[in-house]
Parts: sequence; structure tokens; C-alpha cells
Amino acid sequence: MSSNTSLEPSALSLNDLPWQIEYNNDRCTLCGQCTAVCPVKAIELVTFQKRIIKTSVKPGAEQSNQYDQFYGIRQKTSVANACIGCAMCTLACPNDAIRPVKNPGLDRMKFHINQKGVPRRRGGRRNASGSVLDRIKFTRISMLTDPALDAGRHEFEMRTLLGRVLSPSENMKRLKTKGWIPPVREIYPLIIGGMSFGALSPTMWEGLQMGVAYLNEEMGMPVRVCTGEGGCPPRLLRSRFLKYVILQIASGYFGWDEIIHAIPHMKEDPCAIEIKYGQGAKPGDGGLLMWHKVNKLIAAIRGVPPGVSLPSPPTHQTQYSIEESVAKMILSMSMAWGFRVPVYPKISASSTSLAVLNNLTRNDYASGLAIDGEDGGTGAAYSVSMDHMGHPIASCIRDNYLNLTKIGMQNEVPIFAGGGIGKNGNIAANAAALIMLGASGVQIGKYVMQAAAGCVGTEEDRCNVCNLGICPKGITSQDPRLYRRLDPEDVAQRIVDLFVSFDTELKKIVAPLGRSTSLPIGMSDALGIDDKAIADRLSIKYVV
Amino acid sequence: MCRLFALTSKDPVSPMLAIKALDVMKEGHDGSGVGLLLQDLGEPFEEMKDAPILSGIFSEEGIRRLDLFMMDKGFLTKYKISLKPPKQGAKGIPKRDLYLIRAYELPEGWENLDPEELADRLLKIRLKIREMGEEKKDMIVFSFWPDTIMIKEIGDPMQLADYLGLDRKELHARVIMAQGRQNTNYAINLYACHPFFIKGYCTMTNGENTAFIPIKDFLSSRDIPGYSGYQSDSEVFAHILHYSMEELDLGIDAYKHVITPLQQQDLEAHPDHEFLSHLKKSCRPLIIDGPNCVIGTLPDHSMFMVQDRKKLRPGVVGGKPGLYGFSSEICGLDAVLPDRDKSKDIQPMHLDTAIVSPERQEVDICRQTQALNLPL
Ligand code: SF4
Ligand code: SF4
Repeated sequence: MSSNTSLEPSALSLNDLPWQIEYNNDRCTLCGQCTAVCPVKAIELVTFQKRIIKTSVKPGAEQSNQYDQFYGIRQKTSVANACIGCAMCTLACPNDAIRPVKNPGLDRMKFHINQKGVPRRRGGRRNASGSVLDRIKFTRISMLTDPALDAGRHEFEMRTLLGRVLSPSENMKRLKTKGWIPPVREIYPLIIGGMSFGALSPTMWEGLQMGVAYLNEEMGMPVRVCTGEGGCPPRLLRSRFLKYVILQIASGYFGWDEIIHAIPHMKEDPCAIEIKYGQGAKPGDGGLLMWHKVNKLIAAIRGVPPGVSLPSPPTHQTQYSIEESVAKMILSMSMAWGFRVPVYPKISASSTSLAVLNNLTRNDYASGLAIDGEDGGTGAAYSVSMDHMGHPIASCIRDNYLNLTKIGMQNEVPIFAGGGIGKNGNIAANAAALIMLGASGVQIGKYVMQAAAGCVGTEEDRCNVCNLGICPKGITSQDPRLYRRLDPEDVAQRIVDLFVSFDTELKKIVAPLGRSTSLPIGMSDALGIDDKAIADRLSIKYVV
Repeated sequence: MCRLFALTSKDPVSPMLAIKALDVMKEGHDGSGVGLLLQDLGEPFEEMKDAPILSGIFSEEGIRRLDLFMMDKGFLTKYKISLKPPKQGAKGIPKRDLYLIRAYELPEGWENLDPEELADRLLKIRLKIREMGEEKKDMIVFSFWPDTIMIKEIGDPMQLADYLGLDRKELHARVIMAQGRQNTNYAINLYACHPFFIKGYCTMTNGENTAFIPIKDFLSSRDIPGYSGYQSDSEVFAHILHYSMEELDLGIDAYKHVITPLQQQDLEAHPDHEFLSHLKKSCRPLIIDGPNCVIGTLPDHSMFMVQDRKKLRPGVVGGKPGLYGFSSEICGLDAVLPDRDKSKDIQPMHLDTAIVSPERQEVDICRQTQALNLPL
């Protein structure tokens, strides 16, 4: 800072930034890789000048005052270029000369990140690493009357149902009278939740679909993937792989035209239709696909002009109320496929989700309810929504399940849980806990990005530039230079690895509990937690 | 783990046969209790097949309250067996005032009720007495049903049989089910003791039913009188049986399809594939997941045995025309029916339901892969 410039309020020092670059000049070869790869241009190659004074007390000795120039990396301190800690520079550096370090104190950037009057928007997570799900333990281990099963050798049937399941007596009645019986799919309980075409890069999307097809056709695991809002590539719609896909329609109706036009040409019915009313990360808020990512292809599939931001309304203006809309949309979507495809809404977890559920129980065409908790939903949103809004998933699922139990409809309207499953990497344990609390299955999104594509985002506000189209891993970018970094084959391979190992872990949890032939939905007697208040709230055991 | 023994016989036999089998299988149960069901009774009950019999344990005060209650309802005692325990108690057996087995005359006008209505009323009376008893801890009632006696108590089976004098002619029966109990996961409660009975359907089980909570949640939310209690992991099996036969109108050949449905591949190959996949989906919460052997009887006095899918508790059925035994261990069967043709013994596999019909001439094996007698 030279003395003749004023200090602006937003003049930040390195110390004020959330991530700081640790740079070792001795090891740097000045190859320029780090600056080239940095997605936010946080670092630049600069010339440093150093004064070297050589003096001596000896009389007559030569005194010199030299200026030396050398080159090195400097971190920018402007808000727009603040380092996001993605560590791509580290990855690119041949000499391990550079790495980002998390500022251990409270960074000041929080106060300045609303430049030009626009509050911060980002992709990513809630950035709170605590998780009730991680604290739940499985406490009922069969021992005396019932030896634990062998997870490696027993046969297991870890399947769940998606669709409106009639009560046994009602089902029997309709079979006898040849009445209409709602469609029900038997699927794997771990679902890849909605991440839209447009939000994800083409290579990521392709990798996901390939992995899912492989799991179904080679591994015999009926894994399903949801498209998210924004439609679905026409070729997939007309392919036999559509049966592995849950098509999502959201309040913005993006991409819906494409789907409707493809209906007459569909060789297979989709697995289901998910109507998205809310996302856990930003309840009451719509989707936000920013203009950076709306290229020609995305625009074409979504049926919009390229280069414009595409915010979905929280609820579309054509929808008078959620009750009306749920009823209308579920019915019209069911009709579109001749009542052969399950249709269900996805809402963000909130204290009003019970109302939606109650509404669904009275609707024969409602095939389930997906509830997304506060830790979920990757798409772009305002930071304030992600950090401060939403409802934890555990108690929301529990309330809804117990409510269904009270009216004798448990599992008839299957509940799917999303939001923060595996946020700290414990995916099978988190999923099993939610299932035992009452979920029929779980949805994961961010975990898939992390495990299958190497997304570097963490609960420490690392990276999180998914919205800007500059994803350093090529997962959430529409820029070919970036998404070419991601090989779809590798993503597919990792998806398969992820599901197969999840399957092993799930068996390792349920086998000692003595369950193998049916998913332990609602087996809450197996759960315990070391917090009295949580235990009471979830109606599980308090164990210390 | 509990030991189970059941008999179905053309002629009434002594319950001591079953007790003897339990005694032989002693290593497997810890003598913490015994449960006994007697049906299709011999003399003197032969003459009063329609008279409901109340079985339970009562204190002096309880008996007085019971009498008032029953009188008020219009029931008159027709016949009773007095099981008066000896003055000096026995070690390990709680001191009780009275084990009640009392047959009643139906109140006026009840003879003409249709059987369903009558069954409902009898059930409601049993539940009412149970409720009254739980309130004051003076009455425990196990069954209130025609031609049915149930005895349950804490203690070693053989000791208890001596103590109560079960070796008496009046207790001879054609259908006998007995369970020697292994201490359970829960506190000892007489209502948790097998066999479990509801409206003529009765089952007993060994092993642990790990799917207990979801099944219990399902059944108790059906709003069907009598689907309550649930002091034991296995009480639900009797109710599932009742549910599938009475509420869903299925046959005994479908019971196994409800509690242990076929896996996908086998299901697809089944002649009743469509029906069964609907059944599997809608009855999914009723799938049992513990290693269990279930032995039961139906209102028509058929007796059956099924295993869970994993078949970790292999039971055995054997005997000769006129007398068949169902046992959780072969040694139990050997003790009671040593002269049977052992080569004809049947250990039901994970797809089988072994059934002995009331004619007691042979053991029918009904495989889950065979076509069903459908109610459609
Ligand atoms: S960590 Fe990422 S954002 Fe920070 S300087 Fe390195 S490449 Fe740039
Ligand atoms: S790596 Fe890509 S997807 Fe992951 S947080 Fe960064 S920008 Fe988002």
C-alpha cells in the first residue's frame, strides 16, 4: 500500500482472508502452472524487489546498496479473487511449493463479500460439520437367542419400494375387483438425488448415467438417479436407460417441454417423476442456475435463450397452494404416463412438512414423499439461506414416520430422506440410521460429487464456486476447457465402487442386528444416542 | 433359546407328553417359564365344545371381581377344574392363589349370534378382564375361547407340572402346544410367554424376531381389537397369522409368503407371480427377519410348522397316522414318539410349510414355489 492511496473500507490484508497461500520461493520453479489453474485467479506471478545493503565497520571498506529482483507468487486480497482453498495450485505444482491454509481465526471477508450490494451466492453446503446422524449408534446386537448373521455369506435383500403401496386389505380388494393398483418400483435404497443437467457438466452427467446403467445391468443393483430440474438429454429420454432415471420437474418447469415431446417416443417408462417443491439447502427458495452456465446446449435443453440466469420460483405462480398444486401436478403427471409411473413431491424439511404428508396420505396418486434436510442441496443459493435456513433431517423424518404409524399408513407413502447423508463421509451409517428412523430410502447428491468426481468442497467452506461455472474439477462447469478434466468413464467407475462398497457397509450394519431379508425401516429399537434430549426427540434409546 | 413341542393326536393325550419333551430338551431352555395350550379337549370338556373356557391366574380378590364381572355379563359357570397349588410353594415358582380353568354357559341370546360376532365379543371380554387385572394386579388372563385351555407360569416345566398336577385326565387334549422358555430380552412377564392365542389362532416361536418393532407398529396401527399386548418378540406371529387368514382371506399356504416372501428371482418364476408380488409389496412390514421356527394351530385344529428364510432354527415334524409331534429339537420328538418311522421325519426347509390336518393322517408339505389356493 503506497502512502498516497487511501485505505478503502474493503481493503483486506492476507490475514483477513479465509484461505491463505503458503508459498515457498526456494522450491518454486516458476513454471506458472498454479496461476494457470487457479479458478478464481487468486494468485499471480509478480516481481518482487529487495534491497540488499552491504556495509562494514572497517575503515575504507566498500559500502553498497543494491536492489535485487526476483519472481514469485503473490496472493490477491480483493474479495473477487479471494482464494477458495481448492488446492488446485498444490495439485498442479511439480515441486510442492504452494498450498492453501485455512485461516484459523474468523476471517474478515464475511463482512465484505457482499460487493456491489449483492449478497454472497455460492454452491456447496451449509458449512457446519456437526451431524446428529453421525452420533447415532446401532445398539441392538443379536447375541443370546439369535446369533449375528454373517454379512459376507448370508443372502441379503436390501431393496426398497418407491410408489404408493396399498394396505394389504385394500390391495387384496382391488385385486379381487380388478381395480387400479398404483405403480410401485422395487429399487435400491440409496438414490442419486436430483442434480440437474446444467448444474452438472456434461461429462459428470454422462459418467453418472453410465455408472447407474452398469450397476443395474452388470451388478444387479437397481440404483436410480434423479435428473434434477432442467430436463434430460433427448437421447436418454428415448433410450432404454430411462427406466433407471427419475425425471424431476420443478417450479420453473425447465426442460419439461423436451420431456413431454419425447413421451410418444419413449421405449421405457421412467422410474418415477419427482416434483420438486423445495431443496433442503434453501427452503422456500427456488433453484438458481446463473448465466455463467447457461450455454447453448443447456439453453436448448431447457428451452430458454443462452446466457441468461435461470432462477426457478419457489413455487410457480400457476400454483395457488401446495395442496392444490400437489393434487393437480401429481394427477397430471400420472396421466401423462397412463398412471404407470409413480409421481411424488420433494420438499425441503421444515416444520410444515407434516402438512404436506397428511395431504398426500389422502391422495391415492401420491407415490411417496422426498424430504430434503438442511444439509442438502448443492445448487447455487444465497449463503444466508444455506447457512441459516432449514430443518435437520433426522427429526423431520422421524416426525413424519411416526405420524404415518399413528394413522396406520407407515410405508404406504414411502418417505425418502435427503440432506447431509455422508457429509462427514459416514454414508452407510447415516443412511442406516435414517432408515431405522423411518425412511424408506435416502438420496445423496454432494456425496456423489465428492466420492465419484473428486469435488473438493467440504464443510469448511472450501471451494463452493459451483454456481460460477469455474469448478476446478469440471463437475459443475459448462466450459469445455474445464469439464474435459473429468473423464466420464472414471466417474462411472467410481459410482460403481461407491455403491458396491456402500452395500457391503450396509450389510455390515444390518447383519449384526439380525436383519437380512427386508430393509429395517422403522427399526428404531436398534438405535441409541448419547444425548438425552435427542433421544427423547427421536424416540430412541438414550445410551451413555 | 426357547424349546418348543407340539402334538396333534386323534385321541386325547396327557399334556405330560409335551412336558416330557421339554424336559429332554432342557439344555436349550433355562427353565425360566412354561406355556401350555390345550385344545380339542377330551372328557369332561368333550360335551361342551361351544362353552368358552377362561384360563388365567387370579388372586382371591381377583376371583371375586371376576365373578361379579362375569355375572353382570350373564355368564354362568358350567364346569371348572381346580388347580389349587400346594400350601408349601416350590422354589422358583411364584406363589399364586388360583390357576383358573372355568367353562362358562353363554349368556342368554348369545347362542344364536353369528360366529364372527360371538368371537368378537369373547375377545373383548378377555381384553377387558386383562385390562382390569393390569390395573389392580389381581388377574392375568391367557384365553377365553371354546375348547381351549392355556396355562403359563414361571419356573421349570417338569417342576411346574408336578406342582400343578398337570397329569390329570381332565386336561387331556388332542392339540397340545408347549414352550419351555429361555429368558427373553425383556423383563419376565407372563403375558410374554408363548404360545400366543387370538381367536383360535395360536403360535409359538423360538429365536429372536429382529423385525419386531416395525411389525408391532404395523399391527397395532390396524385398529383391530386384540392386536395389542406385544410383550414378546414373537407375539406378533400369531397376529400375522390371524391377519393373513381372517383379514386377507388367505390360506395357510400363503402364511409363509407373508412372513418370508420369495426373493425376486423365485418370485418371477412362480405361477402366481402377480398376486405374490402384490402381496410381498403390501405386506412388506410383516416380513420376519429373525431366525425363527414357528409352530402354530388354526381354528380347525390343523397344526403347522414354518421356518424363517435363513432356517437357523431347524424344527422337525414326525410321527405316525393318528399322532404327530412338532419339535424344535429331534431329541424331544424321540422322547415322545420313539417308535415312529424316523425316516419319515420332516425338517421343513426354508420354503416349506409342514401341515398336519385335523385328520392327522400325514404331514403335508406345502412349498412356497407351488401354486397357491387363491381367494381371488
Ligand atoms: S487454492 Fe485454489 S483458489 Fe487458492 S490459490 Fe490455489 S488454486 Fe487458487
Ligand atoms: S469442486 Fe466443483 S463442485 Fe466441488 S465445490 Fe468446487 S466448484 Fe463446487
